[in-house]
Amino acid sequence: MWTAQLPALVIAGPPAAAPVAARRPGASWSWAFAALASAASFAIAMLLALAATEVTAISYAVGSWPPPFGIELRITGFSALLMLIITGASTIALVGGKASLDSDIAPARRHYFYAAWLLAVGGLVGIVASGDAFNIFVFMEVSSLATYILIAAGGNPRALPAVFKYLVMGTIGATFYLIGIGLIYLMTGTLNLVDMETRIHDVTDLKPIYAAVGFVTLGLVLKAGVFPLHVWLPNAYAWSPHVVTAFIAACSTKVSLYVLLRFDFMVFQGSLGGHDLQFAGFLMPLAVLGILVASAVAMTEGHLKRMLAYSSIAQIGYIVLGASLMSVSGLTAGIVHMFNHALAKGTMFLAIAFIATRLTALRLDDIAGIGRRMPWTLGAFLVAAMSLIGLPGTAGFISKWYLVLAALQSGAVGALLVAVVLVSSLMAVYYIWRVVEAAWSSTPGAEAAGAREVPLPMLAVLWTAALASIWFGLQPGLPLALSRSAATYLLGQLQ
Amino acid sequence: MKYFGLYNYWVFTLLLMIGLYAVIAKANLVKKLLGLSIFQSAVFLLYISMAKVDGGTAPIIQHADEPQVFSNPLPHVLILTAIVVGISTIALGLAIVVRIREEYGTIEENEIQARDRDR
Repeated sequence: MWTAQLPALVIAGPPAAAPVAARRPGASWSWAFAALASAASFAIAMLLALAATEVTAISYAVGSWPPPFGIELRITGFSALLMLIITGASTIALVGGKASLDSDIAPARRHYFYAAWLLAVGGLVGIVASGDAFNIFVFMEVSSLATYILIAAGGNPRALPAVFKYLVMGTIGATFYLIGIGLIYLMTGTLNLVDMETRIHDVTDLKPIYAAVGFVTLGLVLKAGVFPLHVWLPNAYAWSPHVVTAFIAACSTKVSLYVLLRFDFMVFQGSLGGHDLQFAGFLMPLAVLGILVASAVAMTEGHLKRMLAYSSIAQIGYIVLGASLMSVSGLTAGIVHMFNHALAKGTMFLAIAFIATRLTALRLDDIAGIGRRMPWTLGAFLVAAMSLIGLPGTAGFISKWYLVLAALQSGAVGALLVAVVLVSSLMAVYYIWRVVEAAWSSTPGAEAAGAREVPLPMLAVLWTAALASIWFGLQPGLPLALSRSAATYLLGQLQ
Repeated sequence: MKYFGLYNYWVFTLLLMIGLYAVIAKANLVKKLLGLSIFQSAVFLLYISMAKVDGGTAPIIQHADEPQVFSNPLPHVLILTAIVVGISTIALGLAIVVRIREEYGTIEENEIQARDRDR
């Protein structure tokens, strides 16, 4: 049946479309082609997500070489959820962000920009689809290199030192991961993740495996921007083209977290005694510190995009916190938060991209009074911000609710964790309020006074994304089902 | 001999640390990239070392009556890919350094930071 080829199509599609997008310098043409390719991937990801709710995993042998000898693509509920996030964020950012991209990217470079965009999408989808450790490394580097290009593609010179830092730290992270899988290969002779898990049981000298756990975990924590290894993140988000921020803030760090959870829970958990306690003991303090410190920095940050970047670091903390609770409800909370946060933060950065088509600077002083001039754009921003804070009725509430429930089940430390979640939610209220206060200030800046609302088609895309945060708050069925199947799948090794 | 028998792995560790040191300690962006390159090359050595089989030759079909011991070809193939990844990373990094030099007029990290503060 043709649907059997979907896992291969979803990976091969965007990279195959990239050279076509790069062929014709006509800017609108390559934009339309990239948006079309991205939407097609989104459709395939939907089909795969529906198929993945029915089985544990869809296995696809690349080139008909049976795993573990050939490369295996392995689509689980977890990977399907991430695929939806990646292709959905890419499609919404491309469709809604054309005006912003046209003003940010020089016309002569646009067709290459869209080619790099498609490569980034293909690489990210490849990471979550692949069941082969080395294959994941290659896709990781494909997506990272393309992302560096996207970040540096705008006209802002400050993006260049930021992307250099990201490149150096990203490469160190990926190389650590490569050392880790090298050590595992040395001891087990396999690169297939499922095969790896069973073969580690037979390893007698576990020292290289323990070293591998360290390298893999640290490398991926670095790439995921978990506090305190987040230093590359704020500037890379802040100075990149605005639509690129909307795309990468929604998915790139979450894909690294996916690999982290996949490795630590599927490969190491079942085969190394006490690994769960070490994993939780290492990551839980980092998550709590990340939530509190990054939220505090966001409260004092004066630049709109940097503020939201620090808020993203805090949200990564929530995801890691959920995972480090080591229970089905905790993991479900963490994984569904990947989806809900991608939706909220993607919408907020897209709204900022719209504001940036009217204003040249994005400090809080510069956006004074913009809410009166662009009420619909700022309205969508606020709807998404409510989901970020976690007000009842929004998607963000679902993930925080599950996180609090999971924390309360985890014994003595639980009450403290609930306090952390509540305090950081209040901090989020504060930094979002600063934006509201500035945006609806009665003394508008010179630029804001002359700003007009963006055209209706752009608003339609933005509001679709914003209302999705409400929709998935009231009807959390699909993301919650995928997250729960992911959580039980990951924890299956423990029970 | 127990600790120095597998000296390849010691060289791997040493190269890895030299590379990481250069990335962290040097302020010049090109030197940072050189460090990154050494760091990555160290990993190539790790993979190639683990592929070694005593007395093994290249995995090409030989006469059936000769005993055939091959080196493990898989890590070699993996590293062929990793080398390409490494080259692309360094090339992109150098391209960014060229752009930084155009915009900032310097490739020293502290001077770039000073100029960013003045903006």
